[in-house]
Amino acid sequence: MRGLLQKYLQEPFHIFVGATSLLRVHNEATGSATHSESWQTSFDMNPPTVISARNLTKTYGELTAVDNISFDVPAGESFGLLGPNGAGKSTTMKMIGGVSQRTSGTLNIMGLDPESHGPEVRAHLGVVPQQDNLDEELKVRENLIVYGRYFGLPLSYLRPKADELLEFAQLTDKANSKVDALSGGMKRRLTIARSLINEPRILLLDEPTTGLDPQARHILWDRLFRLKENGVTLILTTHYMDEAEQLCDRLIVVDKGKIMAEGSPASLIREHSSREVLELRFGSERNSLIGVELQGIGERLETLPDRVLIYAHDGEAALEQVSARGLRPMTSLVRRSSLEDVFLRLTGRSLVD
Amino acid sequence: MSILTGGHSATDIARERKFGPLYSRNAKAVVARGLMAAKSSTWLVLLSGFFEPVLFLLAMGVGMGSIVGTVQGPGGEDISYAAYIAPALLAVSAMNGAIYDSTWNVFFKMNFAKLYQGMLYTSLGPLDVAMGEIFLALLRGLLYATGFTAVMGVMGLLTTWWAILVIPASVLIAFGFASFGMGITSFMKTFQQMDWINFILLPMFLFSATFYPLSVYPQVIQWFIQAMPLWHGVELLRQISVGSFSPATAIHVGYYLVMIALGIMLTTGRLRQLFLK
Repeated sequence: MRGLLQKYLQEPFHIFVGATSLLRVHNEATGSATHSESWQTSFDMNPPTVISARNLTKTYGELTAVDNISFDVPAGESFGLLGPNGAGKSTTMKMIGGVSQRTSGTLNIMGLDPESHGPEVRAHLGVVPQQDNLDEELKVRENLIVYGRYFGLPLSYLRPKADELLEFAQLTDKANSKVDALSGGMKRRLTIARSLINEPRILLLDEPTTGLDPQARHILWDRLFRLKENGVTLILTTHYMDEAEQLCDRLIVVDKGKIMAEGSPASLIREHSSREVLELRFGSERNSLIGVELQGIGERLETLPDRVLIYAHDGEAALEQVSARGLRPMTSLVRRSSLEDVFLRLTGRSLVD
Repeated sequence: MSILTGGHSATDIARERKFGPLYSRNAKAVVARGLMAAKSSTWLVLLSGFFEPVLFLLAMGVGMGSIVGTVQGPGGEDISYAAYIAPALLAVSAMNGAIYDSTWNVFFKMNFAKLYQGMLYTSLGPLDVAMGEIFLALLRGLLYATGFTAVMGVMGLLTTWWAILVIPASVLIAFGFASFGMGITSFMKTFQQMDWINFILLPMFLFSATFYPLSVYPQVIQWFIQAMPLWHGVELLRQISVGSFSPATAIHVGYYLVMIALGIMLTTGRLRQLFLK
C-alpha cells in the first residue's frame, strides 16, 4: 500500500511545480518524500489541467445545489465562481476538497478523484473557508504549525515556514498573540497563511473578503495577487463583482446551481452588456412608472425597484436623450458596465440582495 | 498535456482500500494539537477530575466504612469497605474522564469551534481525528487512574502487586467509554441533549454494584445491570485489586474490546457522515 501511495503521489503531482514549492517536502503521513530535483517546471504554452469537472451534480434531498456543471481549470489560472448566496458555489468548493460527496458526475483534481483520495488530494490543496475556523485554543504561530502537522509535515520544515508565512500575512508581531485578539482582517490573513502551510498547488478561497472593511480587502487582494504571480492556481467564490474583476482571469457565473456564462471578466461584459450604463433614480415610487417613458433610449432598459438602468454604448448621449424627453431624474450616473450587469442580464436579479 | 491520465488505476485501488479516504495514519497530529492546547487551558478541570473520586473514597470508604466494617471481596476474603469501593470509584473516574473528553469537549469542538471542519480540510481523515481525540481522552484517563491508584496505595488499600494492573485496565475502560461517547456526541445538536448523557451516567454510577454487591437486586435487575458497561469495569478492577481472577475476568475484558470496536466504527462513520457528506 505504501508503495502505491508513493507512486501516485509522485506521478501526477510532479509534472508541474506549485510556485512556492521550492523546499523539499517530506510527508510523514504517507511516508513519501518529494524532492525538488525531481520536479520539472513547466512553462509550456498549454499548462496542464489541474481541475476537471464533468456534469457535476449535488442534491440534498429535493434541493439541487449544483446542477450538472462542467469546467476545466488550467494550472496557474485564477478561476472564479460568481453568483449570489445559495447558487451552489460553496458546495462546488466542498466537492473539490473532497469533503462533500457528489451525487453524480466526475471530478478530477490533479489526476485524482477527491472522493476516494481525500487525504491525498487535500495534501495539495489550500482551503480558506467562508467562515474562519482558526484554532482559538492555540496562539497565532501555533495555528500554522499545528495545521502543518495535520499534513504530516515535519517541524524542521514547519518552523521556518510558519515565520515566512507570518511575514507574508503581515502578522509577525502577532506571532504569540491569542487568535481572539486579532481583528477580522488579521484573522482572514492568518487563515490564508494557514492554507499555504503545505505549499498548495491549488488554493480554494470561499468568499475571501466577505465582512471585511475596504482597507482590509485591499490588503488581502494584494496578498492574493502575489500568490497568483507565483503561479498558484486560485479558485475563488465571491458575490462581489469588483473582487471577481480584480482577481479572476476567467470565471463562471452560477445561479441556482447552473452555469449561466463562462469567460474572462472583460469578455463576459463585452458579450452580455453594453459598454456603458446610465443609472437613473427617480425616487422609489416612480422608477417603474417612468421606465415606460424611457423606452427606446439605449440598447436595453432595466427597471429595478430603486433605479433604472439604461444600457448604452455612450452613456452621456443617452442621458441627453432622457433630458430631451423632459424627464428629470433625482440622480444620474454614467459608468462602465460591470459583472453585476452581466449577472442581472443573465438572471434578472442582482448579485447582492 | 493533461495530467489527468493515469489517475484512474490509482482511484480504483483506493476504492478497494477499506479506510482509503478515512485515514492517513496521522492521528498523532491531532494528539499533538490537543497537548499544545492543553498547555494553555485549564489544569483546574484536570484536578477536579482527580479529586472527585478521592473525595468519594474519603466520605464513603473511610467515613461510612467505619460503620460498615469489613465486607466480602471478589475472592471470598474479608476486605475493608474502603478497599471494596475504591476500585469501583476508579472505574467511575475512568468513565467520567473519558466521557468528559469525548462528549462535552468534542461537542464544543464540533459545533462551536469548527475545529474538525478545519482538520478534515487537510490530509487528515475522520479516522485520524477520532483516534487522536480518543487517545487524548485515554491520556487523561491514564493520569486519573495513576493518581487514584497512588492514593489507594497511600491509604493502605492495596495488598497485592497485581493491583498495579488496575492502571492499564482503567485505560481499557476509558477507551470503551471514549470511543462510544464520541460517536454518541455526534448525534447531539443542543445543550439539552447533552444533559441526557448525565442522565444516563449518574444512575449507572450509583447502581453498578459500586457501593454494594449485585446480589442485593432481584434477578431481572441484575441482568440489566450486567448488560451495562460500568458494571463490567467495576468488577474487573475489583478483581484485579485483590489479585483474584476468574473466567468472568476475560468476559469483562472482552466486553470492553467489543465496545471499543463498535465505538470506533460508530464514531468514524458519524464523522464521515457529518463532515464528508
